Amino acid sequence: MKRDIFDPFLPVLGVIGLVALWYLAVWYQVVDPVLLPSPTDTFKAMYGGMAGGRLGFDFMRTVERTILATLIAAAIAIPLGIFLGASERLYRSVEFVVDFFRSTPASAMFPLFLVLFGVGDETKISVAAFGAMLVVLFNVAYGVMNARKTRLLAAKVMGASRLQVLTDVMLLESLPQTFVGLRNGVSLALVIVVVAEMFIGSTDGLGHRVFEAQQLFNMPDMYAAIFAAGALGYGLNLMFLLVERKFVHWSGK
Amino acid sequence: MDAGGPRSNAGGALADASPVAPLAPAHVTVRGLSKRFANAKAAVYDRFDLDIPRGQLVSVFGPNGCGKSTLINIIAGLIPPDAGEVLFDGKPLRAIKFGYVFQNYREAMFPWLRSIDNIEYPLKLMKLPKAERRARAERMVANLGVKIDLNRYPYELSGGQQQLVSIMRALVVEPEILFLDEPFSALDYEMTLFMRAQLQRIFLETRTTTVLVSHDLEEAVYLADHILLLSRGPAEIADFVHFDATRPRTDATLSDNGFIATKAHCLDIFQREVRKG
Repeated sequence: MKRDIFDPFLPVLGVIGLVALWYLAVWYQVVDPVLLPSPTDTFKAMYGGMAGGRLGFDFMRTVERTILATLIAAAIAIPLGIFLGASERLYRSVEFVVDFFRSTPASAMFPLFLVLFGVGDETKISVAAFGAMLVVLFNVAYGVMNARKTRLLAAKVMGASRLQVLTDVMLLESLPQTFVGLRNGVSLALVIVVVAEMFIGSTDGLGHRVFEAQQLFNMPDMYAAIFAAGALGYGLNLMFLLVERKFVHWSGK
Repeated sequence: MDAGGPRSNAGGALADASPVAPLAPAHVTVRGLSKRFANAKAAVYDRFDLDIPRGQLVSVFGPNGCGKSTLINIIAGLIPPDAGEVLFDGKPLRAIKFGYVFQNYREAMFPWLRSIDNIEYPLKLMKLPKAERRARAERMVANLGVKIDLNRYPYELSGGQQQLVSIMRALVVEPEILFLDEPFSALDYEMTLFMRAQLQRIFLETRTTTVLVSHDLEEAVYLADHILLLSRGPAEIADFVHFDATRPRTDATLSDNGFIATKAHCLDIFQREVRKG
Protein backbone atom coordinates (compact mmCIF):
# COMPACT_ATOMS: atom_id res chain seq x y z
CA MET A 1 0.00 0.00 0.00
CA LYS A 2 1.17 3.52 -0.77
CA ARG A 3 2.43 5.46 2.22
CA ASP A 4 1.41 9.03 2.61
CA ILE A 5 2.30 11.98 4.83
CA PHE A 6 -1.31 11.95 6.05
CA ASP A 7 -1.02 8.40 7.40
CA PRO A 8 -0.27 9.49 11.00
CA PHE A 9 -3.52 11.47 11.01
CA LEU A 10 -5.70 8.50 10.01
CA PRO A 11 -6.74 7.67 13.62
CA VAL A 12 -8.12 11.23 13.91
CA LEU A 13 -10.66 10.42 11.18
CA GLY A 14 -12.58 8.04 13.43
CA VAL A 15 -12.75 10.67 16.17
CA ILE A 16 -13.98 13.31 13.74
CA GLY A 17 -16.55 10.85 12.36
CA LEU A 18 -17.85 10.01 15.83
CA VAL A 19 -18.15 13.68 16.86
CA ALA A 20 -19.86 14.49 13.55
CA LEU A 21 -22.40 11.69 14.08
CA TRP A 22 -22.97 12.94 17.60
CA TYR A 23 -23.63 16.50 16.34
CA LEU A 24 -26.05 15.15 13.76
CA ALA A 25 -27.91 13.10 16.38
CA VAL A 26 -28.23 16.18 18.58
CA TRP A 27 -29.16 18.43 15.64
CA TYR A 28 -31.94 16.18 14.39
CA GLN A 29 -32.92 15.28 17.97
CA VAL A 30 -32.63 11.54 17.37
CA VAL A 31 -32.29 11.14 21.12
CA ASP A 32 -33.99 13.15 23.84
CA PRO A 33 -31.78 16.27 24.35
CA VAL A 34 -31.87 15.71 28.10
CA LEU A 35 -30.20 12.32 27.64
CA LEU A 36 -27.71 13.37 24.97
CA PRO A 37 -26.13 16.78 25.44
CA SER A 38 -24.20 18.33 22.57
CA PRO A 39 -20.46 17.57 22.21
CA THR A 40 -19.75 21.24 22.95
CA ASP A 41 -21.56 21.11 26.30
CA THR A 42 -19.87 17.84 27.16
CA PHE A 43 -16.37 19.07 26.36
CA LYS A 44 -17.04 22.30 28.25
CA ALA A 45 -18.05 20.23 31.28
CA MET A 46 -14.98 18.08 30.84
CA TYR A 47 -12.59 21.01 30.47
CA GLY A 48 -14.12 22.89 33.40
CA GLY A 49 -14.11 19.77 35.55
CA MET A 50 -10.57 18.75 34.77
CA ALA A 51 -9.11 22.27 35.08
CA GLY A 52 -9.49 22.76 38.81
CA GLY A 53 -13.02 21.34 39.15
CA ARG A 54 -14.36 18.27 40.95
CA LEU A 55 -13.69 16.00 37.98
CA GLY A 56 -9.93 16.56 38.13
CA PHE A 57 -9.90 15.68 41.81
CA ASP A 58 -11.99 12.54 41.25
CA PHE A 59 -9.77 11.59 38.32
CA MET A 60 -6.67 11.75 40.51
CA ARG A 61 -8.32 9.69 43.27
CA THR A 62 -9.10 6.94 40.77
CA VAL A 63 -5.54 7.10 39.40
CA GLU A 64 -4.13 6.73 42.91
CA ARG A 65 -6.32 3.74 43.74
CA THR A 66 -5.68 1.99 40.44
CA ILE A 67 -1.92 2.49 40.54
CA LEU A 68 -1.71 1.45 44.18
CA ALA A 69 -3.77 -1.68 43.49
CA THR A 70 -1.58 -2.55 40.50
CA LEU A 71 1.62 -1.99 42.48
CA ILE A 72 0.42 -4.24 45.28
CA ALA A 73 -0.63 -6.87 42.73
CA ALA A 74 2.76 -6.70 40.98
CA ALA A 75 4.73 -6.81 44.23
CA ILE A 76 3.00 -10.02 45.26
CA ALA A 77 2.38 -11.69 41.89
CA ILE A 78 5.75 -11.23 40.18
CA PRO A 79 7.91 -12.98 42.82
CA LEU A 80 5.20 -15.57 43.43
CA GLY A 81 4.74 -16.19 39.69
CA ILE A 82 8.47 -16.71 39.21
CA PHE A 83 8.59 -19.07 42.18
CA LEU A 84 5.61 -21.10 40.95
CA GLY A 85 6.63 -21.01 37.29
CA ALA A 86 10.18 -22.18 38.00
CA SER A 87 8.73 -25.58 38.86
CA GLU A 88 6.08 -26.69 36.42
CA ARG A 89 4.77 -29.37 38.82
CA LEU A 90 4.33 -26.76 41.54
CA TYR A 91 2.35 -24.50 39.22
CA ARG A 92 0.19 -27.41 38.03
CA SER A 93 -0.76 -28.07 41.64
CA VAL A 94 -2.09 -24.53 42.19
CA GLU A 95 -3.27 -23.89 38.62
CA PHE A 96 -6.88 -24.83 39.30
CA VAL A 97 -7.12 -22.50 42.29
CA VAL A 98 -5.57 -19.61 40.32
CA ASP A 99 -7.82 -20.20 37.31
CA PHE A 100 -10.90 -20.57 39.49
CA PHE A 101 -10.44 -17.24 41.26
CA ARG A 102 -9.28 -15.60 38.05
CA SER A 103 -12.63 -16.61 36.55
CA THR A 104 -14.61 -15.43 39.57
CA PRO A 105 -15.99 -11.93 38.92
CA ALA A 106 -14.08 -9.67 41.29
CA SER A 107 -17.30 -7.77 41.99
CA ALA A 108 -18.62 -10.91 43.68
CA MET A 109 -15.81 -10.53 46.20
CA PHE A 110 -16.91 -7.06 47.38
CA PRO A 111 -19.11 -8.24 50.26
CA LEU A 112 -16.34 -10.48 51.56
CA PHE A 113 -13.74 -7.71 51.41
CA LEU A 114 -16.23 -5.28 52.98
CA VAL A 115 -16.47 -7.59 55.97
CA LEU A 116 -12.69 -7.81 56.12
CA PHE A 117 -11.71 -4.19 55.51
CA GLY A 118 -14.82 -2.04 56.06
CA VAL A 119 -16.15 0.62 53.70
CA GLY A 120 -12.92 2.62 53.33
CA ASP A 121 -10.32 2.74 50.59
CA GLU A 122 -8.78 -0.54 51.74
CA THR A 123 -11.66 -2.55 50.33
CA LYS A 124 -11.65 -0.87 46.91
CA ILE A 125 -7.89 -1.17 46.58
CA SER A 126 -7.63 -4.70 47.91
CA VAL A 127 -10.37 -6.13 45.67
CA ALA A 128 -8.73 -4.47 42.65
CA ALA A 129 -5.32 -5.73 43.77
CA PHE A 130 -6.73 -9.22 44.24
CA GLY A 131 -8.17 -9.31 40.72
CA ALA A 132 -5.08 -7.81 39.10
CA MET A 133 -2.77 -10.07 41.10
CA LEU A 134 -4.25 -13.27 39.69
CA VAL A 135 -3.95 -11.96 36.14
CA VAL A 136 -0.32 -10.94 36.65
CA LEU A 137 0.49 -14.17 38.49
CA PHE A 138 -0.88 -16.35 35.73
CA ASN A 139 1.06 -14.46 33.05
CA VAL A 140 4.36 -14.38 34.96
CA ALA A 141 4.16 -18.09 35.75
CA TYR A 142 3.47 -18.92 32.11
CA GLY A 143 6.24 -16.60 30.97
CA VAL A 144 8.70 -18.45 33.19
CA MET A 145 7.41 -21.90 32.22
CA ASN A 146 7.53 -21.08 28.52
CA ALA A 147 11.13 -19.85 28.62
CA ARG A 148 12.84 -21.21 25.51
CA LYS A 149 14.39 -24.56 26.36
CA THR A 150 17.34 -23.90 24.05
CA ARG A 151 18.13 -20.67 25.88
CA LEU A 152 18.09 -22.39 29.27
CA LEU A 153 20.24 -25.17 27.84
CA ALA A 154 22.65 -22.63 26.35
CA ALA A 155 23.15 -21.02 29.76
CA LYS A 156 23.56 -24.42 31.39
CA VAL A 157 26.10 -25.59 28.83
CA MET A 158 28.15 -22.43 29.45
CA GLY A 159 28.30 -23.40 33.11
CA ALA A 160 25.51 -21.34 34.68
CA SER A 161 24.22 -22.59 38.04
CA ARG A 162 20.50 -23.15 38.61
CA LEU A 163 20.26 -19.77 40.32
CA GLN A 164 22.10 -18.06 37.46
CA VAL A 165 19.81 -19.72 34.92
CA LEU A 166 16.88 -18.28 36.89
CA THR A 167 18.22 -14.74 37.25
CA ASP A 168 20.05 -14.41 33.93
CA VAL A 169 17.63 -16.22 31.63
CA MET A 170 14.24 -17.21 33.05
CA LEU A 171 13.51 -13.78 34.57
CA LEU A 172 14.27 -11.94 31.35
CA GLU A 173 12.54 -14.57 29.24
CA SER A 174 9.36 -14.02 31.23
CA LEU A 175 9.43 -10.20 30.95
CA PRO A 176 7.36 -9.85 27.74
CA GLN A 177 4.64 -12.07 29.22
CA THR A 178 4.90 -10.22 32.53
CA PHE A 179 4.11 -6.98 30.74
CA VAL A 180 1.09 -8.57 29.07
CA GLY A 181 -0.04 -9.47 32.58
CA LEU A 182 0.62 -5.97 33.92
CA ARG A 183 -1.34 -4.33 31.11
CA ASN A 184 -4.30 -6.67 31.60
CA GLY A 185 -3.93 -6.27 35.35
CA VAL A 186 -4.04 -2.47 35.33
CA SER A 187 -7.11 -2.51 33.04
CA LEU A 188 -8.90 -4.90 35.36
CA ALA A 189 -7.86 -2.89 38.43
CA LEU A 190 -9.37 0.24 36.85
CA VAL A 191 -12.66 -1.56 36.14
CA ILE A 192 -12.88 -2.83 39.71
CA VAL A 193 -11.92 0.53 41.24
CA VAL A 194 -14.54 2.42 39.19
CA VAL A 195 -17.27 -0.06 40.09
CA ALA A 196 -16.27 0.07 43.75
CA GLU A 197 -16.37 3.87 43.67
CA MET A 198 -19.95 3.73 42.38
CA PHE A 199 -21.42 1.45 44.98
CA ILE A 200 -19.21 1.14 48.04
CA GLY A 201 -19.83 4.22 50.18
CA SER A 202 -17.62 6.49 48.11
CA THR A 203 -17.31 10.23 48.27
CA ASP A 204 -14.85 10.62 45.43
CA GLY A 205 -13.38 8.92 42.34
CA LEU A 206 -14.54 8.70 38.74
CA GLY A 207 -17.07 5.99 39.51
CA HIS A 208 -18.60 8.19 42.16
CA ARG A 209 -18.61 11.15 39.74
CA VAL A 210 -20.42 9.22 36.99
CA PHE A 211 -22.95 7.83 39.43
CA GLU A 212 -23.59 11.17 41.13
CA ALA A 213 -23.96 13.06 37.81
CA GLN A 214 -26.49 10.47 36.69
CA GLN A 215 -28.44 10.75 39.95
CA LEU A 216 -28.52 14.56 39.59
CA PHE A 217 -29.42 14.19 35.91
CA ASN A 218 -26.39 16.31 34.97
CA MET A 219 -25.74 14.63 31.62
CA PRO A 220 -22.78 16.75 30.39
CA ASP A 221 -20.98 15.97 33.67
CA MET A 222 -21.78 12.29 33.36
CA TYR A 223 -20.46 12.04 29.81
CA ALA A 224 -17.42 14.07 30.79
CA ALA A 225 -16.66 11.63 33.61
CA ILE A 226 -17.14 8.64 31.27
CA PHE A 227 -14.68 10.13 28.77
CA ALA A 228 -12.23 10.89 31.55
CA ALA A 229 -12.42 7.23 32.63
CA GLY A 230 -11.87 6.16 29.02
CA ALA A 231 -8.89 8.45 28.68
CA LEU A 232 -7.48 7.07 31.92
CA GLY A 233 -7.82 3.46 30.80
CA TYR A 234 -6.27 4.23 27.44
CA GLY A 235 -3.48 6.27 29.03
CA LEU A 236 -2.57 3.59 31.57
CA ASN A 237 -2.39 0.95 28.85
CA LEU A 238 -0.28 3.22 26.67
CA MET A 239 2.04 4.00 29.57
CA PHE A 240 2.74 0.31 30.18
CA LEU A 241 3.20 -0.24 26.47
CA LEU A 242 5.81 2.54 26.28
CA VAL A 243 7.64 1.25 29.36
CA GLU A 244 7.59 -2.22 27.83
CA ARG A 245 9.04 -0.99 24.53
CA LYS A 246 11.80 0.74 26.42
CA PHE A 247 12.79 -2.11 28.71
CA VAL A 248 11.71 -5.21 26.78
CA HIS A 249 13.04 -4.10 23.41
CA TRP A 250 13.36 -7.71 22.22
CA SER A 251 9.67 -8.51 22.74
CA GLY A 252 8.24 -10.26 19.68
CA LYS A 253 11.62 -10.42 17.92
CA MET B 1 33.90 -52.94 18.81
CA ASP B 2 36.29 -50.92 16.75
CA ALA B 3 37.46 -47.96 18.76
CA GLY B 4 37.24 -45.86 15.66
CA GLY B 5 40.74 -45.34 14.37
CA PRO B 6 40.59 -43.01 11.38
CA ARG B 7 40.98 -44.71 8.02
CA SER B 8 42.59 -43.02 5.12
CA ASN B 9 40.52 -42.84 1.99
CA ALA B 10 41.53 -39.58 0.50
CA GLY B 11 43.98 -41.04 -1.97
CA GLY B 12 41.24 -42.75 -3.86
CA ALA B 13 42.20 -46.17 -2.49
CA LEU B 14 38.59 -46.81 -1.66
CA ALA B 15 38.55 -50.56 -1.93
CA ASP B 16 41.35 -50.73 0.59
CA ALA B 17 39.56 -49.73 3.76
CA SER B 18 42.11 -51.28 6.09
CA PRO B 19 42.58 -49.40 9.35
CA VAL B 20 45.46 -47.00 9.44
CA ALA B 21 47.12 -45.81 12.64
CA PRO B 22 45.45 -42.69 14.06
CA LEU B 23 47.04 -39.51 12.78
CA ALA B 24 46.67 -37.67 16.04
CA PRO B 25 46.50 -38.93 19.61
CA ALA B 26 43.01 -39.25 21.02
CA HIS B 27 41.69 -36.16 22.76
CA VAL B 28 38.31 -37.49 23.71
CA THR B 29 37.68 -41.13 24.55
CA VAL B 30 34.17 -42.50 24.64
CA ARG B 31 33.89 -45.93 26.22
CA GLY B 32 30.94 -48.26 26.68
CA LEU B 33 28.38 -45.55 25.98
CA SER B 34 24.78 -46.72 26.21
CA LYS B 35 21.63 -44.68 25.85
CA ARG B 36 18.01 -45.59 25.41
CA PHE B 37 15.29 -42.95 25.40
CA ALA B 38 12.07 -43.60 27.27
CA ASN B 39 9.36 -45.06 24.99
CA ALA B 40 11.95 -45.98 22.33
CA LYS B 41 12.07 -49.54 21.03
CA ALA B 42 15.80 -49.79 20.35
CA ALA B 43 18.72 -48.24 22.17
CA VAL B 44 20.38 -45.31 20.40
CA TYR B 45 23.78 -46.41 21.66
CA ASP B 46 24.78 -49.76 23.07
CA ARG B 47 28.32 -50.05 24.44
CA PHE B 48 29.62 -47.54 21.92
CA ASP B 49 33.34 -46.67 21.76
CA LEU B 50 34.94 -43.74 19.96
CA ASP B 51 38.23 -41.83 19.94
CA ILE B 52 38.18 -38.21 18.80
CA PRO B 53 41.64 -37.08 17.63
CA ARG B 54 43.17 -33.90 18.99
CA GLY B 55 43.21 -30.67 17.04
CA GLN B 56 41.15 -32.10 14.20
CA LEU B 57 37.76 -31.34 12.80
CA VAL B 58 35.50 -34.38 12.93
CA SER B 59 32.12 -34.30 11.24
CA VAL B 60 29.41 -36.70 12.25
CA PHE B 61 27.15 -37.97 9.48
CA GLY B 62 24.55 -40.70 9.27
CA PRO B 63 20.95 -41.62 8.49
CA ASN B 64 18.14 -39.63 10.05
CA GLY B 65 17.48 -40.50 13.66
CA CYS B 66 20.70 -42.47 14.10
CA GLY B 67 21.73 -40.31 17.02
CA LYS B 68 24.21 -37.82 15.55
CA SER B 69 23.08 -34.99 17.79
CA THR B 70 22.53 -37.34 20.71
CA LEU B 71 26.21 -38.30 20.50
CA ILE B 72 27.55 -34.77 20.89
CA ASN B 73 24.84 -33.90 23.39
CA ILE B 74 25.98 -36.78 25.58
CA ILE B 75 29.65 -35.90 25.12
CA ALA B 76 28.88 -32.24 25.96
CA GLY B 77 26.84 -33.23 29.00
CA LEU B 78 23.45 -32.01 27.76
CA ILE B 79 21.99 -35.52 27.95
CA PRO B 80 23.02 -37.99 30.65
CA PRO B 81 24.06 -41.41 29.29
CA ASP B 82 22.63 -44.61 30.78
CA ALA B 83 26.11 -46.10 31.00
CA GLY B 84 29.64 -45.51 29.85
CA GLU B 85 32.11 -42.71 30.27
CA VAL B 86 33.49 -39.82 28.27
CA LEU B 87 36.93 -38.50 29.14
CA PHE B 88 38.91 -35.56 27.82
CA ASP B 89 42.61 -36.38 28.21
CA GLY B 90 41.44 -38.64 31.01
CA LYS B 91 39.53 -35.80 32.69
CA PRO B 92 35.76 -35.55 33.13
CA LEU B 93 33.73 -32.86 31.35
CA ARG B 94 33.40 -30.61 34.40
CA ALA B 95 37.19 -30.26 34.58
CA ILE B 96 37.53 -28.80 31.07
CA LYS B 97 36.36 -25.80 29.11
CA PHE B 98 34.26 -26.49 26.06
CA GLY B 99 32.05 -24.62 23.63
CA TYR B 100 28.69 -25.67 22.19
CA VAL B 101 26.92 -24.09 19.24
CA PHE B 102 23.21 -24.77 18.76
CA GLN B 103 21.42 -25.13 15.45
CA ASN B 104 18.80 -22.60 16.49
CA TYR B 105 20.88 -19.45 16.99
CA ARG B 106 17.75 -17.35 17.41
CA GLU B 107 16.81 -19.24 20.54
CA ALA B 108 20.35 -19.79 21.78
CA MET B 109 21.34 -16.10 21.87
CA PHE B 110 20.14 -13.82 24.68
CA PRO B 111 18.12 -11.10 22.91
CA TRP B 112 18.27 -8.76 25.93
CA LEU B 113 22.06 -8.52 25.64
CA ARG B 114 24.01 -6.75 22.92
CA SER B 115 26.00 -9.13 20.73
CA ILE B 116 29.27 -8.24 22.48
CA ASP B 117 27.66 -8.91 25.89
CA ASN B 118 26.39 -12.24 24.58
CA ILE B 119 29.94 -13.15 23.65
CA GLU B 120 31.19 -12.07 27.08
CA TYR B 121 28.53 -13.95 29.01
CA PRO B 122 30.53 -17.18 29.51
CA LEU B 123 33.41 -15.06 30.87
CA LYS B 124 30.96 -13.43 33.27
CA LEU B 125 30.03 -16.89 34.51
CA MET B 126 33.77 -17.45 35.07
CA LYS B 127 33.64 -14.34 37.31
CA LEU B 128 36.18 -12.36 35.28
CA PRO B 129 36.09 -8.60 35.89
CA LYS B 130 34.27 -6.49 33.31
CA ALA B 131 37.39 -4.89 31.82
CA GLU B 132 39.10 -8.22 31.29
CA ARG B 133 35.98 -9.73 29.74
CA ARG B 134 35.76 -6.91 27.24
CA ALA B 135 39.47 -7.10 26.46
CA ARG B 136 39.37 -10.85 25.87
CA ALA B 137 36.27 -10.66 23.70
CA GLU B 138 37.67 -7.83 21.61
CA ARG B 139 41.01 -9.58 21.20
CA MET B 140 39.28 -12.70 19.93
CA VAL B 141 37.04 -10.76 17.55
CA ALA B 142 40.11 -8.97 16.16
CA ASN B 143 42.04 -12.25 15.77
CA LEU B 144 39.18 -13.80 13.87
CA GLY B 145 38.86 -10.71 11.69
CA VAL B 146 35.11 -10.54 12.23
CA LYS B 147 33.49 -7.38 10.92
CA ILE B 148 30.09 -7.17 12.58
CA ASP B 149 28.77 -4.26 14.63
CA LEU B 150 28.72 -6.12 17.95
CA ASN B 151 26.96 -3.27 19.73
CA ARG B 152 23.81 -4.36 17.96
CA TYR B 153 21.33 -6.75 19.51
CA PRO B 154 21.30 -10.26 18.04
CA TYR B 155 17.86 -9.78 16.49
CA GLU B 156 19.23 -6.84 14.51
CA LEU B 157 21.77 -9.11 12.75
CA SER B 158 21.32 -11.48 9.82
CA GLY B 159 21.01 -15.21 10.49
CA GLY B 160 24.61 -15.90 9.53
CA GLN B 161 25.91 -13.04 11.65
CA GLN B 162 23.90 -14.32 14.61
CA GLN B 163 25.37 -17.78 14.23
CA LEU B 164 28.84 -16.25 13.96
CA VAL B 165 28.25 -14.38 17.23
CA SER B 166 27.03 -17.64 18.73
CA ILE B 167 30.22 -19.41 17.57
CA MET B 168 32.34 -16.61 19.06
CA ARG B 169 30.44 -16.96 22.34
CA ALA B 170 31.48 -20.61 22.35
CA LEU B 171 35.10 -19.75 21.50
CA VAL B 172 35.67 -16.89 23.91
CA VAL B 173 36.49 -19.20 26.81
CA GLU B 174 39.29 -20.70 24.67
CA PRO B 175 37.69 -24.13 24.80
CA GLU B 176 39.62 -27.36 24.50
CA ILE B 177 36.86 -28.70 22.32
CA LEU B 178 34.10 -27.14 20.25
CA PHE B 179 30.79 -28.85 19.47
CA LEU B 180 28.53 -27.65 16.67
CA ASP B 181 25.08 -29.18 16.18
CA GLU B 182 24.01 -28.61 12.56
CA PRO B 183 25.06 -24.97 12.89
CA PHE B 184 24.29 -23.90 9.33
CA SER B 185 21.12 -25.83 8.56
CA ALA B 186 18.85 -22.87 9.30
CA LEU B 187 20.73 -20.64 6.83
CA ASP B 188 20.25 -20.20 3.10
CA TYR B 189 22.85 -21.63 0.71
CA GLU B 190 24.69 -18.37 0.11
CA MET B 191 25.07 -17.79 3.84
CA THR B 192 26.00 -21.45 4.38
CA LEU B 193 28.94 -21.13 1.96
CA PHE B 194 30.09 -17.97 3.73
CA MET B 195 29.78 -19.59 7.13
CA ARG B 196 31.72 -22.70 6.06
CA ALA B 197 34.58 -20.42 5.09
CA GLN B 198 34.31 -18.60 8.41
CA LEU B 199 34.31 -21.82 10.40
CA GLN B 200 37.32 -23.11 8.48
CA ARG B 201 39.15 -19.85 9.15
CA ILE B 202 38.34 -20.08 12.84
CA PHE B 203 39.52 -23.69 12.89
CA LEU B 204 42.81 -22.80 11.16
CA GLU B 205 43.27 -19.91 13.56
CA THR B 206 42.60 -21.84 16.77
CA ARG B 207 43.16 -25.53 15.87
CA THR B 208 40.58 -26.40 18.48
CA THR B 209 39.36 -29.98 18.43
CA THR B 210 35.99 -29.62 16.73
CA VAL B 211 33.04 -31.97 16.42
CA LEU B 212 30.49 -30.93 13.82
CA VAL B 213 27.15 -32.66 13.33
CA SER B 214 25.94 -32.19 9.78
CA HIS B 215 23.07 -33.47 7.69
CA ASP B 216 24.76 -32.26 4.50
CA LEU B 217 27.35 -34.71 3.16
CA GLU B 218 29.09 -32.09 1.03
CA GLU B 219 29.57 -29.90 4.09
CA ALA B 220 30.57 -32.84 6.29
CA VAL B 221 33.39 -33.85 3.91
CA TYR B 222 34.43 -30.34 2.87
CA LEU B 223 35.08 -29.15 6.42
CA ALA B 224 36.38 -32.34 7.99
CA ASP B 225 39.67 -34.03 8.68
CA HIS B 226 37.67 -37.10 9.61
CA ILE B 227 34.13 -38.04 8.74
CA LEU B 228 32.45 -40.24 11.33
CA LEU B 229 29.77 -42.28 9.59
CA LEU B 230 27.20 -43.77 11.95
CA SER B 231 24.85 -46.66 11.40
CA ARG B 232 21.29 -46.87 12.63
CA GLY B 233 20.20 -47.88 16.14
CA PRO B 234 21.95 -48.88 18.09
CA ALA B 235 24.48 -46.67 16.33
CA GLU B 236 27.87 -48.07 15.50
CA ILE B 237 30.79 -46.67 13.59
CA ALA B 238 30.05 -47.56 9.98
CA ASP B 239 33.31 -45.95 8.94
CA PHE B 240 35.71 -43.27 10.13
CA VAL B 241 37.00 -41.71 6.93
CA HIS B 242 40.08 -39.55 6.72
CA PHE B 243 40.01 -36.60 4.31
CA ASP B 244 43.36 -34.85 4.14
CA ALA B 245 42.94 -32.20 1.43
CA THR B 246 45.08 -29.18 2.25
CA ARG B 247 43.56 -26.17 3.98
CA PRO B 248 42.32 -23.62 3.40
CA ARG B 249 39.89 -25.48 1.19
CA THR B 250 38.10 -23.48 -1.45
CA ASP B 251 35.40 -23.92 -4.05
CA ALA B 252 38.06 -25.71 -6.14
CA THR B 253 38.22 -28.39 -3.44
CA LEU B 254 34.63 -29.29 -4.26
CA SER B 255 35.63 -30.46 -7.75
CA ASP B 256 38.89 -32.04 -6.62
CA ASN B 257 39.25 -35.80 -7.27
CA GLY B 258 40.08 -36.61 -3.66
CA PHE B 259 36.98 -34.76 -2.48
CA ILE B 260 34.73 -36.45 -5.01
CA ALA B 261 36.11 -39.90 -4.22
CA THR B 262 35.78 -39.41 -0.48
CA LYS B 263 32.29 -38.06 -0.80
CA ALA B 264 31.30 -40.97 -3.07
CA HIS B 265 32.73 -43.44 -0.59
CA CYS B 266 30.82 -41.82 2.29
CA LEU B 267 27.65 -41.84 0.22
CA ASP B 268 28.13 -45.58 -0.47
CA ILE B 269 28.43 -46.33 3.22
CA PHE B 270 25.49 -44.05 4.00
CA GLN B 271 23.25 -45.76 1.40
CA ARG B 272 24.27 -49.17 2.73
CA GLU B 273 23.25 -48.11 6.25
CA VAL B 274 19.99 -46.57 5.08
CA ARG B 275 19.05 -49.79 3.24
CA LYS B 276 19.86 -51.84 6.34
CA GLY B 277 17.54 -49.75 8.48
